[in-house]
Amino acid sequence: MIEDIFETMEYGPAPEDASQARAWIKSHDGKFGQFIGGAWTKPNKVFATKNPATGRALAKVSQATKRDVNAAVAAARGAQTKWAQDAKRRAKVLYALARMIQKQSRLFATLETLDNGKPIRESRDIDIPLVARHFYYHAGMAQLMDDELDDREPLGVAGQIIPWNFPLLMLAWKIAPALAMGNTVVLKPAEYTSLTALLFADLSRQAGVPPGVLNIVTGDGSVGQMLTEHSDIDKIAFTGSTEVGRLIRRSTAGSGKALTLELGGKSPYIVFDDADIDSAIEGLVDAIWFNQGQVCCAGSRLLLHEGIAADFTRRLKARMDKLRVGDPLDKCIDVGAMVDPSQVKLINGLVASSGGEVYHAACELPSKGCFYPPTLITGLSSSDALMQEEIFGPVLVSTTFRTPGEAVELANNTRYGLAATVWTENVNLALDMAPKLAAGVVWVNATNLFDAAAGFGGVRETGFGREGGWEGLRAYTKPRRLAKALEPVVPNDPGKGTVSENVDRTAKFYVGGKQSRPDSGYSQAVWSPRGKLLGHVGIANRKDVRNAVEAMNSAKGWGKTTGHLRAQILYYLAENLSARANEFATRIDSMTGRRGGAAEVEASIDRLFTWAAWADKYDGRVKGVPIRGVALAMHEPVGKIAAFAPDSAFLGPVTLAGAAMAMGNRITLVASEAYPLALTDFYQVLETSDVPGGVVNILTGRHTELAKPVAGHMDVDAVWSFSSADVSKTIELEAASNLKRTWVNNGLAHDWSKADAPGFLAAATEVKTIWVPYGE
Amino acid sequence: MPTTRSKTPSLKTAQLPQVQEPRNTGMALDLDLIAGLQANTSAIERRAATLPGRRSVKKDYQAAWMLRALTMIDLTTLSGDDTAGRVRRLCAKAANPVRADLLAAMKMPSVTVGAVCVYHDMIETAVNALDGTGIPVAAVSTGFPAGLSPFKLRLAEIRESVSAGAREIDIVISRRHALTGNWTALYDEMCAFREACGDAHVKAILATGELGTLRNVARASWVCMMAGADFIKTSTGKEPVNATLPVSLVMTRAIRGYHELTGHRVGYKPAGGISKAKDAVTYLTLIKDELGDRWLRPDLFRFGASSLLGDIERQLEHHVTGHYSAGYRHAIG
Repeated sequence: MIEDIFETMEYGPAPEDASQARAWIKSHDGKFGQFIGGAWTKPNKVFATKNPATGRALAKVSQATKRDVNAAVAAARGAQTKWAQDAKRRAKVLYALARMIQKQSRLFATLETLDNGKPIRESRDIDIPLVARHFYYHAGMAQLMDDELDDREPLGVAGQIIPWNFPLLMLAWKIAPALAMGNTVVLKPAEYTSLTALLFADLSRQAGVPPGVLNIVTGDGSVGQMLTEHSDIDKIAFTGSTEVGRLIRRSTAGSGKALTLELGGKSPYIVFDDADIDSAIEGLVDAIWFNQGQVCCAGSRLLLHEGIAADFTRRLKARMDKLRVGDPLDKCIDVGAMVDPSQVKLINGLVASSGGEVYHAACELPSKGCFYPPTLITGLSSSDALMQEEIFGPVLVSTTFRTPGEAVELANNTRYGLAATVWTENVNLALDMAPKLAAGVVWVNATNLFDAAAGFGGVRETGFGREGGWEGLRAYTKPRRLAKALEPVVPNDPGKGTVSENVDRTAKFYVGGKQSRPDSGYSQAVWSPRGKLLGHVGIANRKDVRNAVEAMNSAKGWGKTTGHLRAQILYYLAENLSARANEFATRIDSMTGRRGGAAEVEASIDRLFTWAAWADKYDGRVKGVPIRGVALAMHEPVGKIAAFAPDSAFLGPVTLAGAAMAMGNRITLVASEAYPLALTDFYQVLETSDVPGGVVNILTGRHTELAKPVAGHMDVDAVWSFSSADVSKTIELEAASNLKRTWVNNGLAHDWSKADAPGFLAAATEVKTIWVPYGE
Repeated sequence: MPTTRSKTPSLKTAQLPQVQEPRNTGMALDLDLIAGLQANTSAIERRAATLPGRRSVKKDYQAAWMLRALTMIDLTTLSGDDTAGRVRRLCAKAANPVRADLLAAMKMPSVTVGAVCVYHDMIETAVNALDGTGIPVAAVSTGFPAGLSPFKLRLAEIRESVSAGAREIDIVISRRHALTGNWTALYDEMCAFREACGDAHVKAILATGELGTLRNVARASWVCMMAGADFIKTSTGKEPVNATLPVSLVMTRAIRGYHELTGHRVGYKPAGGISKAKDAVTYLTLIKDELGDRWLRPDLFRFGASSLLGDIERQLEHHVTGHYSAGYRHAIG
């Protein structure tokens, strides 16, 4: 035997012992209830959770009922106030959780591999260490909260729904920041992979997590739906498919629940001809054959410099043939089992539909179990469905590019925007590419690097919100202030025909740097409180919205200007406004019937100064990630913002416009219905202040009519609403079209006397994390 | 394997399957290719760091792999105080590296190490001591370890060693040629060394610990292969850093690339710093995954090591008995 192996030099089996994990399941009689208020409920309506590598049942898990969900939310609610009181105590509990993960690391790893099918190497060396790291990091955040985040407070009860691809890691990403910031949680693991969450809950009591702070409810999507629709939940965090994310966006619309979504991806993996090709190929092993390709940020779209494509593909195929697919508990396996037979079926269907040349790795597959071979599809172009659709399996698709510009164009030709990978030895090229890629995370000469200190999350239909880092804490905190109900301002009634004797002045829209008439051909009169006709404003319709968005598109150079230039333009705007201060003050007073106009103009000039000041100072960070390299957290403009202005005659819309401009965004403002005229006067100031056409666009009209076309427009990146009209729900509902970011008032008042720079600057930017390992 | 492509007659011993593999004939120096070589250090280090976690061999497989590692050791003594007695003792160990009872328990026939590696003055002693074993003698040469003696003398040293009976010559390259990017000079030097070796196989020691960057390691590897090296070897054992997994990854990838381009299989010899059986097995997994099974034979892979053998013996005894072993239970070399 040994002599034979001495000749063949085969690897042979190297199985990890899973008996401890099975013993833990057995200690619960193989059946699990819900974990609510620190105790287990009796198993009820159970379903089997299977080992995908064998198809055999591991344990029975309960389908939570409405009553269970209510009990879990009530337990979380009951525990929240006390949990929020003592940040230092939370730090100690989170530290104990981190230690608990480390002390039981092999138990967690083997159980994860049994339930999910991922190779033991990955659960042992990647998932579990990252879980521990996340709890350590956030123990620190709890410790620092009182000192560093004294203007923030917890949201309350968080409902968290996580996917099956990284069961325990996603639990950590959700629970650690939520608990650190003083929230309590109800978490629903994916129905395929509940076991490590249940083990975590079981052991969390030993780590001192008080009853009710952490609750786990298990079951299928209907349980998730119960959570998202529950009226006593303050926040929903979801990681999963774009399809379900869209449903959640709709179902939470108008509820006032905070929402973060981390959804699908089709992340580009770009290789230039000066790259270290062998390393780039090895990187693909970690990009698309990591976790069987069931990774939202998998580098699944290979973009190759045309000149190296043939050689690269040949070498890639040779590398694929060396991958070892098989028993996930084997320590010598690269690719494990897919999570469920339904996924294999799905992928078979997608690959069969491909028009490209399909190459399956020539590696042996186990005869039984849920396995799919590493696969490469070449010769596709962007118009092929498989270049656009997320496959969520070990299937890589590829195409070629000619120039860096074309690489960017191809990379960004997607509805998603999670991650991107760039391989080149040229630092100029790498650092030029990174900001141009539409993604929340960019890896240079590396792929799938993660750390608790580095924000993770996406743009476009990948969703919104970041997990990890300081930016991740925004998802579980809110400003510490009392929100009052907004008192709507109703437009003044028509008067008795008191008409000005001055020359008729018609307020137009301001679109693309030009004054334009409403497409509808309709206008409405604006009256003073005393019934004096102040003028007319146009009534915008969806075509005017379209035109404004086109104008924003044509001004995309604004995002690439320097902060210094934007500051100068904002100062100049303030200067020109100051020169006409009296005129604006009179206008404001004429609309409001009060005498606050002069002070409001002064405050608006001051506000523009504030945004000018911030334009070159809202710095990113360099994250202390545990590699030799840097992770840059860069603030990038959100892009194109549409904003419904508050009934603050001038200071409100100036605040919105200034904040958006300062961070490099383009904005379309829909003026207050009651007080539109100071804003429409403002375009004359914009015109004389070197603001490029299209950067700021102004529409007037009815908010309730415009909410739908504005929020539904697929080429708008964010919608803000401080409107006194009841449009928050419509906006959040319609925003599901492209999962754009929203910031709506839900009928609550905003204090315009303060700049609220932290709030506005965060809303006006995306954090992009750029990982640059280095070393020669 | 076609033997007709071989320019030089092969050595006919059971221990040296060069009979199967045509020697590397070399090729014209391709400076464009050399200039285009890249080696991304952080990516290479990540791959190397995760390799031990990705591959694992257990039980009988582990024993077989350790035995295979053993047969690819260049058992080495390169000390100023080497004597004939010392070298004869080493050669005896080379011929009988594992206790007979352990081999019997594993149902293995007898095995030997890959070669014995000595300085020039010890060649004759070693050749005599190894007579009839089939184990070749390798000699370090060309002003080892610095390689800074007069060029004529370095060539003469090779010829003397070959006529003294060395069948493998481990030469050291002029690091300054690599450090200054003078690839033509390195190529010419290597061609001259290869020619001086005649039928003896030549291993090119790159002294990777002194080349500064992995990119230089990649380029020096390629230049030496283009100039006809039969093996490329990491280190003399005298540099501050010797064989490492990242360096090995770069050199094996170069060997793979050269094989794809020319069809010639060049051997690889990591030397220095590999003293544990577990590390040796990790190296073999790297070779298996990056180059393929063909390279897991003594004609294409060697460990330059002196203390590795002792650890393998102890681990083999552990495999046979289930108890951890002690060094004194195994004969010293």
